[in-house]
Amino acid sequence: MITVLTLLPLLGALVIACIKRESIGRALAFLVNLIALAIACTLWARFDSTSVKLQFDERYEWAPALGAQYFVGIDGLSLLMILLTCLVIPFALVAAWKFERASNTYTALMLSLQSGLVGTFTALNFFHWFIFWELSLVPAYFLIKLWGGPMRAQAANQFFVYTLVGSVTLLLSFLAMYWATKTFDFIQLAEMGRSGELTSKLMLQLGWYRLSTESLALVIFAGALLGFAVKVPLFPFHTWLPATYSEAPSATSMVLTGVLSKMGVYGFLRILIPIFPEQMRAMLTPLLWLSVATIVFSAFAAFAQRDLKRMLGYSSINHLGYCLLGIFAAMKYTGTDPTLTLEKTAALNGVLLQVFNHGITAAALFCFVAMLEHRTGLKYVDSFGGLRQAAPIFCGLMGIATFASIGLPGLNGFVGEFLIFKGAFPLAPWEAALALLGLLATAVFLITMMQRVFHGPLQKPFVDLRPGEWMIVAPAIALMFGLGICPNLILKFTNTTVANFAALLAN
Amino acid sequence: MLDWTIYVTFGGMFLMLFAPARSLTAIRSLALLTTLAGLTLAIYGFLRFDPNAGLTTIRKLSWIPTLGAQYFIAADGISITLVLLTGIAAVSGVLFSWNIEHRAKEYFAFYLALIGGVYGVFLSFDLFLLFVFYELAIIPKYFLIAIWGSTRKEYGAMKLAIYSFVGSAMVLIGLIAAYVIAGGKTFDLNELANFAFPEKFQYWAFPLVFIGFGILAGLWPFHTWAPTGHVAAPTAASMLLAGVVMKLGAYGALRVAMTLFPLGLQAWRHEIAVLATIGVVYGGMVALVQRDFKFVIGYSSVSHMGFVLLGLMTLTTIGLNGAVLQMFSHGVIAGLLFGVVGRMVYERTHTRDLAQLETMNLGRAMPFAALIFVLAGLASMGMPGFSGFVAELQVLIGAWRMYPTLAVLCGAGIVIAVAYTLRAIHRSFYSGEPAPANASALPPISIPERVGAVMLLACSLAIGLYPRLLLDIIAPSWDSPLMSRLIMR
Repeated sequence: MITVLTLLPLLGALVIACIKRESIGRALAFLVNLIALAIACTLWARFDSTSVKLQFDERYEWAPALGAQYFVGIDGLSLLMILLTCLVIPFALVAAWKFERASNTYTALMLSLQSGLVGTFTALNFFHWFIFWELSLVPAYFLIKLWGGPMRAQAANQFFVYTLVGSVTLLLSFLAMYWATKTFDFIQLAEMGRSGELTSKLMLQLGWYRLSTESLALVIFAGALLGFAVKVPLFPFHTWLPATYSEAPSATSMVLTGVLSKMGVYGFLRILIPIFPEQMRAMLTPLLWLSVATIVFSAFAAFAQRDLKRMLGYSSINHLGYCLLGIFAAMKYTGTDPTLTLEKTAALNGVLLQVFNHGITAAALFCFVAMLEHRTGLKYVDSFGGLRQAAPIFCGLMGIATFASIGLPGLNGFVGEFLIFKGAFPLAPWEAALALLGLLATAVFLITMMQRVFHGPLQKPFVDLRPGEWMIVAPAIALMFGLGICPNLILKFTNTTVANFAALLAN
Repeated sequence: MLDWTIYVTFGGMFLMLFAPARSLTAIRSLALLTTLAGLTLAIYGFLRFDPNAGLTTIRKLSWIPTLGAQYFIAADGISITLVLLTGIAAVSGVLFSWNIEHRAKEYFAFYLALIGGVYGVFLSFDLFLLFVFYELAIIPKYFLIAIWGSTRKEYGAMKLAIYSFVGSAMVLIGLIAAYVIAGGKTFDLNELANFAFPEKFQYWAFPLVFIGFGILAGLWPFHTWAPTGHVAAPTAASMLLAGVVMKLGAYGALRVAMTLFPLGLQAWRHEIAVLATIGVVYGGMVALVQRDFKFVIGYSSVSHMGFVLLGLMTLTTIGLNGAVLQMFSHGVIAGLLFGVVGRMVYERTHTRDLAQLETMNLGRAMPFAALIFVLAGLASMGMPGFSGFVAELQVLIGAWRMYPTLAVLCGAGIVIAVAYTLRAIHRSFYSGEPAPANASALPPISIPERVGAVMLLACSLAIGLYPRLLLDIIAPSWDSPLMSRLIMR
């Protein structure tokens, strides 16, 4: 079932790329996405949320000489990511068709991106996983390069090269580990990582400049860390992101911020922490402070932006910073005290909620920008003003999404951030307190943005949303309310995975 | 059965001499049929080959008994991989030179002679025979470039010929010395390799022979013939030059230099690994600043061959597997890149200057060429899913074992590869300039080009997605008595 879900969009992309007529291509893409969503929902319905085991797993030999296996399976974390992917991609596709006159090539690239994402979120063998990790990079590059704004070529290159540097160091680290352990299997590597066997094997097989066991393992860890830190991004590896989000066509930015940015968080949870718990702990203090820096700096940087898409880009960095803060704070506590373990679980649950919520909310915000660009061709904050009089529906809906992003209780963003801070405070009080500053700044810059766009004198005539248009964002708005009121929809199936994960982090 | 690839190809060459010079169709068909027959035989041999049988003797006849030279044709997984590559490159080269009209008969005769020689080198296990085929493969190259080439073709051809012959001379001296020291009775590779050459002799003979072969493999700093030669050569010849001829050098270095002189190898392997890594990084950096589209590909070949040579120096099964796989992979991908640049772009626009190509908006004018170049570029930069990734991955794993620092440097080499490939893609196809009025005047991409390009791309994808196709026959090759001495345990 997972295999079908992974390969179906790719197949669809190949077919659509060969079709000339746009209407047929779109119908086909829509059909593919309906099927994908149906499969994702089936997985969700049939997922046994009480079990810590990997479910729906499939495993075949691929290239035994390389330790490569075709190995997929999902737990609560993967399921969450799959659901997010299968929701955001059709959302972005419809927005692209409606507001960007996307050709069939655009549609095909978007579908192959979907394949790459689903593959990344389900693969459990490095060789297999890396193919999809990189596969998601290529369509994104061309979406930016061919359909982006005036500086698209530079932005696309920056995006590709930054991410690729991370990928290469990640690759080198895994190759070193492969030489030492003869396996690419994430689960086996994680077992070796936990028992400390990995470090000793690395030392035994790899002696490099007489590095001590710890420093050798740290070097290998740093390589892998860079791969994910660039992707999230973690300060100071974030500089590619604002330019990329701003130059990419808005519908592509929806996927970039909605799903692609989650690949990094997923990598931390699935790969980095399980395989390198010791090294992660050794580096925890700097990492925690970096995550705080990410939160605070990006919030203040967002203040200074005139370009709406750049502003949302910084806002995206900020929101993902909370995820990292939650993860690192949870790492900090290794004891077994039940109360604190509960806080740890809360923080991690918050992280997962935040991942999903931010995916939906940020995608919706970029969709609103796509509407603005479609109507006026502009994307600067001060080109607008007074939209509320002319377009009440547009402003109402965008207001909801903005407040969800700020974290207003009752909307989805609140629950995730609340849980993260609830968990992080007892575990890392100073860092969490400082991060609150970022929370505050986020609220200020988003409200300022609303004020400047919605209020004041109307600068240009602006047509309000037609029913066909607000229908596009309606599902996202519904989800914001739905998850805000009933976060259990997600917590229900992530909780077991998270609890198990939290238990593994304890000594 | 595999030896028939040689006979068929030379047979085709002789028939070509009698083909009617006026009938282009007859000449092209004959060339295509000959190369297709070679490919079919190679595939047949590949399918019939039992990887666990090790080194399989195909023909062994006495040739010049007084010298001890034999006609000894054999194959193991390494040979078969490269024979298969030769077959593929030969067919696609004919497809990409379908438009040759100037002295077509001689062109294809030289072309087939080159292919025949290459098949011979990959299958000979007698050093005398191997050297004969090796020289046979070098001579036609000169004429192909000097007569049908472009852009300073005489210079490129002469430079290539001189470098090649200097290399051959070094190899010859080393081989004759080895022959004499071993008693002057035999040229049989297996027997010579079993002879324990004195350490002092190995100490100078190994670099002599290795570098002699290494020149042809683009070993830095002896690589400079490669870019100029590639650029000057007609499309099909660049495809063969990068696709197969550079592999001759790497193959010779592996099969002859490394097996004959194991002590010399131990003494020099660090230095050569460093040279190989310099080749990876330096080749990439030079490719990054080229103005001529073909020079970009030419220097990228130097960079990729660096991976082959580094893989050889790792002396681990996985690194050596990677080296051989990289030979195959680079042969296919470089062939494809040269096909796009030389045939699809240059012969239509008559320029390879990236600054001029930038203004033509070729992505719009020839979308098929753009698509193929993008995919080939992705394969070349080592994107997972294509053959280059699997090969470089194994080389790097091996390198982690032996030379961790060099492994990291090669990682930087991959990033540089990404940079120059993106730059080439951008400037040649997607610079975004509005198309000039005559953009539609370019002739459409012909069927033979499409078939050739799709075939090469399919090979790269097939190996990338299912590396066992080749790994299953390459990996057991290192167990044979001849090759197993290379592996350091």
